[in-house]
Amino acid sequence: MTTLNPALGSSSPAQTRPSAHAWHRATEEPAWLRRTLIGIALTFLTIFLVLPLTVVLYSAFEQGLRVWYEAIVEPDAAAAIRLTLLVVLVVVPVNLVFGVVAAWAIAKFEFRGKSLLITLIDLPFAISPVVVGLIFVILLGSQGWLGPWLASNEMRIIFAVPGIMLVIAFGTLPFVARELIPLMQQQGKEEEESSLTLGANGWQTFWRVTLPNIKWGLIYGVILCNARAMGEFGAVAVVSGRIRGETNTMPLHIEVLYNEYMFTAAFAVSSLLAALALVTIAVKSFVEWREERARTAQQN
Amino acid sequence: MAIALRQPSVIPGFGITLGFTIFYLGLLIVIPIAGLLLYTLQMSWDDFWRAVSDRQVVASYKLSFGASLIAALINLVFGAIVAWVLVRYRFTGKRIVDALVDLPFAMPTAVAGIALVTLYASTGWVGQYLNVYGIRIAYTQIGVIVALTYIGLPFVVRTVQPVLEDLDKEAEEASAIMGANRFTTIRRVILPALLPALLTGFALAFARALGEYGSVIFISGNLPFRTEITPLLIVAKAEQFDYAGAAAIAAFLLLLLINGLQWWASRRYR
Repeated sequence: MTTLNPALGSSSPAQTRPSAHAWHRATEEPAWLRRTLIGIALTFLTIFLVLPLTVVLYSAFEQGLRVWYEAIVEPDAAAAIRLTLLVVLVVVPVNLVFGVVAAWAIAKFEFRGKSLLITLIDLPFAISPVVVGLIFVILLGSQGWLGPWLASNEMRIIFAVPGIMLVIAFGTLPFVARELIPLMQQQGKEEEESSLTLGANGWQTFWRVTLPNIKWGLIYGVILCNARAMGEFGAVAVVSGRIRGETNTMPLHIEVLYNEYMFTAAFAVSSLLAALALVTIAVKSFVEWREERARTAQQN
Repeated sequence: MAIALRQPSVIPGFGITLGFTIFYLGLLIVIPIAGLLLYTLQMSWDDFWRAVSDRQVVASYKLSFGASLIAALINLVFGAIVAWVLVRYRFTGKRIVDALVDLPFAMPTAVAGIALVTLYASTGWVGQYLNVYGIRIAYTQIGVIVALTYIGLPFVVRTVQPVLEDLDKEAEEASAIMGANRFTTIRRVILPALLPALLTGFALAFARALGEYGSVIFISGNLPFRTEITPLLIVAKAEQFDYAGAAAIAAFLLLLLINGLQWWASRRYR
């Protein structure tokens, strides 16, 4: 009773303390509940995040570094890695330029139809990867609309590298733009306006004022775009035709190896992509940590 | 013309950046999607209906919708707990745990797929213990739910987290002062404030699960009528050059997804 109603207790200062205890009890959860919730959260994340990651790395190196290395340099695997790198070397820079240009138009200007434009940029997030693949097969495949014309001009897009690039460009289009638009909107346009009033031209303003401000968001957007481009599976499965050594990207090669019961080799190639995923989330936390630090520095 | 559409500004480059944005979006996104819809409109109603109402396809809708719904519900409950724990409590390794939540976004789906089937197969690290109790996950519908839970995991956490961080502690304190116990405060003050974010995360996880392919096809085993998801049938039909059948199912899925997105957007801006 005294803990709940200290005013009725004796006049000693120690007796007034329990009110803090009652206060905590009303605004915080009891310790046992806190521990239970942390336990539930950590168990859930261990089952769904830590175990799958661990099984990839464990299975990749189970038979030693040598077997891992041989699985990576085996000709078909090496061809898949080379193709994947070639694809991201084309797709990521194009989507990087698009992301910066779109974010500039959307964040620095007010115009009608802006929200429609943002919805269109988000659209690839809402479409199933296999539907993305199907769209391009129907448009450009040998039995598709432009198929006969492409064939007569001896151009091959579907079941060839250009088709893979197209579907990956489609699927990863939003990443850089989505990272930059909120960042640039939040930063406003005062700095650019002062730079321009002081006599700098548009390019100088972009390179010296805007770019340094968005640098880290841009880096994270590019790394995420790159990770998703290298890992894209459903859309590529539809358009690639799975020609070994020619149109198999790393994820498709992993599927082939797995279906041929070459589990160690499948996990060896997977371990490269898993490492890339880990680098991606590490960069993300670093960028967020920097933003947080910049925010607290501003407040002080 | 562009000038009339926008407010005046000293910043240059409006015409060229907007022009390029519209050009690239039009070429890569709008024209191809319009192409798919036109392609489906070309089909006769009978062909369309036969493709989307095939018994095997209908069985796949049931699985895709049911499993996506259950997975999104699992993520709703556990995602809320994870977000709560990450925002309100302190424990060692919290930063790493927080970063790991994004893993399903960054991990290629094929890698997740073979990892999950290896874990839950009857000889796997987890599967062998469940096997003792007669519980099978790999190659069953439960396996589909497990994979869809994995890929939808970040959505609820990442939509609820910022809302919870910005939540005014004063409302909770006021509730406590007025005599509410902690449980009542959570139920009557905190939960209503989190509800829009919870629903958004749920809808996003559901929509993502509905279209997912790579992480599911390994663990599901793809048994006709039992563990075939709709995206798998689209791929199967495309591989048999039955583009019309694939397009009909895809258009069906696309319309449902866009409806879902509209529902989500209208909730968000209401």
